[in-house]
Amino acid sequence: MSKQKSNWYEFYKGIWEINPTFKQILGTCPTLAVTVSVMNGIAMALATTFVLVFSSLFISLVRKFIPNQVRIAAYIVIIAAFVTIADLVMKAKFPELSKALGPFVPLIVVNCIILGRAEAFASKNSPWKSVLDALGNGAGFLLALLIMGSIRELLGSRTILGYQILPNGFEPLVVMILPAGAFLTFGLLMGFSNFYLERKKRIEQQELIAKFRKPEVKVEVKGMEA
Amino acid sequence: METITVNPAYKLELSSSPHIHSRWSTKHAMWFVVLALIPALISAVLFFGPYQLLIVLTSVVFCAGTEFAIKKFRKKKITVDDGSAVITGILLGLILPPNFSLSAAAIGAVFSIAIGKEIFGGLGYNIFNPALAGRAFLQAAFPVAMTTWAKPNFAVDSVTSATPLAAYKFDKVFAEIQPMFLGNIGGSIGETSAIAILIGGIFLIAIGIVNYRIPIAMILGVLIFGGIFWVIDPAKYPNPLFQLFAGGFLFGTFFMATDWVTSPLTSKGMYIFGFGIAFIIVLIRIFGGLPEGVMYAILIMNSVVPIINRYTRPTIFGEAK
Repeated sequence: MSKQKSNWYEFYKGIWEINPTFKQILGTCPTLAVTVSVMNGIAMALATTFVLVFSSLFISLVRKFIPNQVRIAAYIVIIAAFVTIADLVMKAKFPELSKALGPFVPLIVVNCIILGRAEAFASKNSPWKSVLDALGNGAGFLLALLIMGSIRELLGSRTILGYQILPNGFEPLVVMILPAGAFLTFGLLMGFSNFYLERKKRIEQQELIAKFRKPEVKVEVKGMEA
Repeated sequence: METITVNPAYKLELSSSPHIHSRWSTKHAMWFVVLALIPALISAVLFFGPYQLLIVLTSVVFCAGTEFAIKKFRKKKITVDDGSAVITGILLGLILPPNFSLSAAAIGAVFSIAIGKEIFGGLGYNIFNPALAGRAFLQAAFPVAMTTWAKPNFAVDSVTSATPLAAYKFDKVFAEIQPMFLGNIGGSIGETSAIAILIGGIFLIAIGIVNYRIPIAMILGVLIFGGIFWVIDPAKYPNPLFQLFAGGFLFGTFFMATDWVTSPLTSKGMYIFGFGIAFIIVLIRIFGGLPEGVMYAILIMNSVVPIINRYTRPTIFGEAK
């Protein structure tokens, strides 16, 4: 790597630049399934972040001792250990949330965000950077689930976090809490985030071109007016 | 400054084929479709009262408004005057249940244009029929309101307040054909009167805006597939004429399935498309959980149109097999 990336960058890149949901398009299954309400989304994101941080830390610690051929299996064992902790803690302390999230807490084991960060980052970087990267990605995931959950809960059941926001005159759009609404919201959000990123890129490119452009040679065509 | 002089006599205009000019434009065709929808609008007022015109108007205004807003936002040429958004609005209004709430109709109209059409790039790029996409969204968003049917004005008994298809599905009652032909039955605003739709549809085919192949294939398909079940057990399955006149079949046949953008390009493809829709409609009506399947059948077949186009490509003249 030519440029030394700061620790701060390792954290904040996960929130927007490589947002796990909208940019890496990882972990879409829990994103679509649990965002029926904001509370579910927060719980899911926190559980995922917990597993992500600790598995990244431990994978980064043992990265030099794992033979390359069995690395995935080793990662899964580490991840599964933390998922079991998260699952049991949630069952004991927040039984209602655990019930609402259903099979999606145990399924964090095969969540692509965690395996993806383990493979792409934690297995190549120091423990401190891996934890920052995991925290950043967790925060990005939380942000995505918060946005999705708010939109779906607001339109689908008029509430946010259980508090009624929209008046009774507004008839809830049942579709928003159905799977179809999840796909619609997800697609639109992803479209908008790409739209703005592309535009930013295009503007930067045009500025760069303008900077290096030679003075224009004007060509006038005569006789075309007829 | 450099100057190039061009002799006007050698002016060359470059454009891709076809080079034969037609006096028909998209704009003309669209306004003829509006004309063809007038009989259905009249039947709507006749059977369900003038309030239905307000629903259609709301839907039209919000469709055109959404198209205008999105084109403006994307800094594209404003194309509201080509009439396609107006048609989507009228079509959406006509396939909503009578006395539907205006605000919900507006939501459906915005969805039709924004998600059904503009998100794919506007007219000509949409995969699904925008009006049907809007209705499918409303069906999922307001399931109760979308299946509350008003009684038509000339109803003789209370049975007719349910649609004939719902009566068949849930109560195993077969409706008579004659009121279905005239339109004196429960159903969506503009799709109850078979005769009004036929007038508009045949007008469109006669002036060449709608290709006859898709309607022919759909009608034959429903008669054949519906007929097979009827022959098997006439007491249990409705006769094919019922299938033909019930629900939104004729309206979907002439105004939805024949949408230029979302139907196949080749003749063979059109027949496949029509038979496919008819087959899915009969399947949904007889075995499905919902009483009516025209909307979903057309949307499903819309999604396979690119595949149909690809596999029915005609052989190029001179091409070796």
